Amino acid sequence: MTTNHILTVENLTTRFQTPDGEVEAVNNVNFHIDPGETLGVVGESGSGKTQIFLSLMGLLAKNGSSSGSVRYKDTEILNLPARELNKIRGVSMSMIFQDPMTSLNPYLKISKQMTEVLVEHRGMSEAEALKRAIAMLDRVGIPGAAQRVHMYPHEFSGGMRQRVMIAMALLCDPEVLIADEPTTALDVTVQAQILDLLRDLQKDFNTATVMITHDLGVVAGLCDRVMVMYGGRVVETGSVRDIYYDSHHPYTEGLLKSMPRIDHANEENLFAIPGQPPNLQNLPTGCAYQERCGYVMERCSKERPPLKAFDQDRASACFREDGQ
Amino acid sequence: MTVMTPKSGTQDTSPILSVRDLKVHFAIPGKGLFAPDRQLKAVDGVNFDLYPGETLGVVGESGCGKSTLGRAILQLIAPSGGQVAWLGKNIVGSPHREMQPLRRDLQIIFQDPLASLNPRMTIGEIIAEPLVTHKPELGKEEIKARVKRMMARVGLLPQMINRYPHEFSGGQCQRIGIARAMILEPKLIVCDEPVSALDVSIQAQIVNLLQELQREFDLSLIFISHDLSIVRHICHRIMVLYLGNVMELADRDNIYANPRHPYTKALISAVPIPDPEIERNKERIVLTGDLPSPLSPPSGCVFRTRCPFAKDKCASEMPKLDRVSDTQEVTCHFHDSL
Repeated sequence: MTTNHILTVENLTTRFQTPDGEVEAVNNVNFHIDPGETLGVVGESGSGKTQIFLSLMGLLAKNGSSSGSVRYKDTEILNLPARELNKIRGVSMSMIFQDPMTSLNPYLKISKQMTEVLVEHRGMSEAEALKRAIAMLDRVGIPGAAQRVHMYPHEFSGGMRQRVMIAMALLCDPEVLIADEPTTALDVTVQAQILDLLRDLQKDFNTATVMITHDLGVVAGLCDRVMVMYGGRVVETGSVRDIYYDSHHPYTEGLLKSMPRIDHANEENLFAIPGQPPNLQNLPTGCAYQERCGYVMERCSKERPPLKAFDQDRASACFREDGQ
Repeated sequence: MTVMTPKSGTQDTSPILSVRDLKVHFAIPGKGLFAPDRQLKAVDGVNFDLYPGETLGVVGESGCGKSTLGRAILQLIAPSGGQVAWLGKNIVGSPHREMQPLRRDLQIIFQDPLASLNPRMTIGEIIAEPLVTHKPELGKEEIKARVKRMMARVGLLPQMINRYPHEFSGGQCQRIGIARAMILEPKLIVCDEPVSALDVSIQAQIVNLLQELQREFDLSLIFISHDLSIVRHICHRIMVLYLGNVMELADRDNIYANPRHPYTKALISAVPIPDPEIERNKERIVLTGDLPSPLSPPSGCVFRTRCPFAKDKCASEMPKLDRVSDTQEVTCHFHDSL
């Protein structure tokens, strides 16, 4: 089978062994990404959106294990030994994390942290690597890159640190960039700068980008396709227009309705999804969303609705798709 | 000094809170052995009135002084200058014994719902603590009854009274914080980023709860937030802070429909809208650079280093808060020509 998917994920399931029993953080997730495409992965804390990508990057906590298949082009990469995985991660696939302060080593100058990967993976000399690092810092909009490359992480502001993280992730021209809530810790004006930067870089490098976020506004401006997660499972997928203008799953619909809008004056109460996000250790039989759902039927508490495709690249995990 | 009054039918009543030229300056030790202290002007001359039942939004980026302002109003941080008049009486510099009875009316809700609850106290003890402090005459049974009533009111099951904070989710912990603030039936609550740490689906629940409580108890709220979408929903008037200075103060509809300060315009245009068509086609003002260090703010207008319209005058002269209409004040030399 030949496809041009750069990343193909099939039946990915990730479990954690905890003192209170086994927790399924990611359950039977399938998706793919093509070159130059931006996929938005939306969900609340505990929905499993981050764990999917930690699994495929081999970065799970020690008590976690994954099954299923993750292919980078034609290479199976799930559960590869670190030595093998290191040929791909950080080179062809990079990840940016939410908190740039805790993902940078506070004891090492930026220059050291950036050149290491180039010397290791690209066999560059220190001098060449430094030149490339400075060029990349310049590209992501850090003023005075040639001087600032010799500073420590604490000497940068939050927005600048996130730029450093992005520059590091792009050093080896990755084909897949995974951004895990890259702007959540930033102020809105700085967030706007970083989102512009990601958009520009994608145009320049044609990188496939995954945007993991809880902010539906960020997704609306940046993504081509969207995958909505709830309780460790994908509940809806579709193009960004389909998701925002023709959402099918009640959770997607609820999320969109509950967001206060800066472009609307609204005198009434906000629509609020009742109840709490589900506890993964104690998921109900049937649909995980049933207790919060306005369309709940008897069937929802007995069996779990499967993710059902109903159009090209469109799927929703709700019995309403069966036509009542 | 003239201070604007809100439009919505509240002019007849007098403000419950009047803040005049409020300043909070922190002394930061200078670099070097004999170097003089440096002044960090966290809040630098803020004026506003707050009316019963009104919600004032305080917005700005991290480090703009919005939390410091909230705490200085409650005298949790001693102001360095200016006045905070509560029901007509200045409370800046009041001794502890005079402040204590006022605290019944002045409460606060914090951003991190779990960190602001003592992990060794049951939630019953946490919610009861203000009653025990301020109404020692109440008997144990009465206190318990009031706590249970308040728990039910904020959406917590009263039978959970003996549980500990770690047993609750973030949204429920914030409800506990709200119950603790509400138990004395205060007149003013300072809400310091009360929903920022919560999931999207929970934010709406808490915002609705605050609005219901406000209507029920005629509460005044000072709602500190960096989220301009939520502020638009919940606030009657909005104050935009930048480096401790008010950039714009206006009622809600004016500030969103017709922002006059370049910083307000940039802030509003930077908020992503959850609608792909609108979000991709809207006009945006992208600010360059970061917030300057509050230890060495720019000369003249504090915003000029990031302002796309800055001119020579902005570097030499600090603009004053200028009234452009009955309900809108702006701190910009060029608000007419922008």
